[in-house]
Amino acid sequence: MSSALQQRRTAWVLLVPMLGIMAAVTAWPLLRTVWLSFTDTGMGIGDSGGQWVGLENFARALSDADFRTGFGRTLYFTLVSVGLELLIGILVALLLNQKFRGRFLMRALLVLPWALPTIVNAMMWRLIYNPEYGSLNALLTQLGILSEYRSWLGDPETAMNMVILADVWKNYPIIALIALAALQTVPTELYEAARLDGANAWHRFWHITLPSIAGPLIVALVLRTIEAFRVFDIIYVMTRGGPADSTRTVSFYVYQESFSYLHAGTGAAYAIAVVGFSSLLIGAYIFLLRRQNGASR
Amino acid sequence: MKRLNQVAVAVMMTGCAIGASAETTLNALFMSQAAYSEADIKAMSADFTKANPGIKVKLEFVPYEALHDKIVAANGAGGSGYDVVLFDVIWPAEFAKNKMLVDVTKRIPADQVGKVFDGAWTTVNNNGHKLGMPWILDTKYLYYNKDMLKKAGIANPPKTWAEVLQQAKIIKDKGLVKYPLVWSWSQSEAMICDFTTLALAHKGQFFDKGKPAFDKGGVLDAAKLMQASLASGLTNPNSREYLEEDVRKVFSNGEAAFALNWTYMYNMANDPKQSKVAGKVGILPAPGVAGKSVASAVNGSMGLGIPSGSKHADDAWKYISYMTSAPVQNKYAKLSLPIWKASYDDAAVTKGQEELIAAAKQSMAVMAGRPETPAYTQLSTILQKHLQKALLGQTPVADAMKAASTEIAGIR
Repeated sequence: MSSALQQRRTAWVLLVPMLGIMAAVTAWPLLRTVWLSFTDTGMGIGDSGGQWVGLENFARALSDADFRTGFGRTLYFTLVSVGLELLIGILVALLLNQKFRGRFLMRALLVLPWALPTIVNAMMWRLIYNPEYGSLNALLTQLGILSEYRSWLGDPETAMNMVILADVWKNYPIIALIALAALQTVPTELYEAARLDGANAWHRFWHITLPSIAGPLIVALVLRTIEAFRVFDIIYVMTRGGPADSTRTVSFYVYQESFSYLHAGTGAAYAIAVVGFSSLLIGAYIFLLRRQNGASR
Repeated sequence: MKRLNQVAVAVMMTGCAIGASAETTLNALFMSQAAYSEADIKAMSADFTKANPGIKVKLEFVPYEALHDKIVAANGAGGSGYDVVLFDVIWPAEFAKNKMLVDVTKRIPADQVGKVFDGAWTTVNNNGHKLGMPWILDTKYLYYNKDMLKKAGIANPPKTWAEVLQQAKIIKDKGLVKYPLVWSWSQSEAMICDFTTLALAHKGQFFDKGKPAFDKGGVLDAAKLMQASLASGLTNPNSREYLEEDVRKVFSNGEAAFALNWTYMYNMANDPKQSKVAGKVGILPAPGVAGKSVASAVNGSMGLGIPSGSKHADDAWKYISYMTSAPVQNKYAKLSLPIWKASYDDAAVTKGQEELIAAAKQSMAVMAGRPETPAYTQLSTILQKHLQKALLGQTPVADAMKAASTEIAGIR
């Protein structure tokens, strides 16, 4: 036996435990969810069996107007929150890449919101938005922007945007950190050369900075998009889908169908519909990664 | 190889940690919202362990909103999650259908049945079977700020909902408070409790020959009253994002003349340490509607049950019997009233809360339930959505209630 083959066999033997664990915690639940989505299984002990119902659950999911609206809402949440995170993240990274006193302290502080558990963050923002004693109301009335305290999470016009703001505050640091790390790899000679050629600050950013950090940013962006699309916890704590369903996202829908209504079968079908859409995002991620690798070669 | 050794050590250590202990530990699930406080429940449980040294109780507290789903998820996961769970009056039908709780009918001594309020038994009953012991006997009362009514020159507190609105208008017009009424109308079960109270006052029927009738008669009138009180500026518009605790804070801050809330608010709003209106708190049964009812009371009681997966049913029942016993309930009667009839004439219970007890006696007599169906959670979610649309002015009330009826009729 050649040593290469032997090495490969040893590698597989060593991988078996890991593969076993992955099969148990990833593959089995996934296969089971797929199976459930074709049955009318309930969550109770009384009806644990469940009958095969074919595509009925999927038909139900697709014909459910509320679920479709939820999809739109989730897309809105994803686009706006990730868009803002990207913008603020880059700006903050550019700032922290400058040389100034207290730079290291600022960089350390940057991580703070991201390190906060989502639940704590959501509770904190609920207090900030409180209609009777919230600090946002206090700030805006004292600045003269608002004439009186108002309800932020109880108004369907503002509730979703307020949840987005809380989410952006928590998650922009990860984009900023990745952008900052990328910025530090950009050679300063490029800027000096550009300056000699008469390029202004905007030109330097657009033609040198952005292309240099685009690769890592895209990775961060796509990961954040996938994460944002399955948003659940922050909504569960802040609004529970209200007011008048205005913050009910698809993940919340899946949760309710399974755990509140005990329709494990339909819930699984809803979940798979969400996973299907997320897979498109993951596909885009892999495509972008490949292209990026191809470009750098 | 070194890394592999580390992994092996880690695995062995995990194995050790799982090792079992000798005595029984009961896992109990409670809520931290309204009724008995966490501190009360911890004290009761500690006393229980003192009396029964072999049985320890591990307590877990979750918000009411998470309670149902926790019980269901633990059941769905199989095995023995909890040994004792607190459950709401609206769930027994669903839990019975899915065999989630142990039938304890035979465990309850026959001579005790008559000593507990009938309203309390309805909390745990399903088709003649008892799925637990009632524990929290609760309904929503009308709280009022005596000081404000006096300043407004109102001699007698309201007896009907029409009078509530009239008096609120007087108080608003005199500038005593910006929004005289505060409720818990967020998209939650709390809103359905307020709504049901009003519907009961209007003698509304949720179902007409088995068909949902939320767009008819007294039920529709209840929704109309809610919307009108917002439109006229009598109800605090923030009510639409409030739960019971928010209502308590607003009322305790002196920012409302009237509030609808559970028993627990009485002693908290009268506690000078956490309330600006201590000593000025009036309490009445939720009012009725002239010609239809004298009072209204939604059954908001809760019971303690044993999940079917529990391996310690006997010990769990010992614990439940202790927690629901008259001496324990009488000792902690400040935030939640006992299920035992005799307690209401016991000086130890009534002392210092005579007004609450007087209101309770009237409310218990008329207490009635929310719509009864195994798919209650789904019904409630649908109703919440459409009621909020009406209260936020997105849909006219009648249309919203019609949409609710239609959607509820389509529940599987």
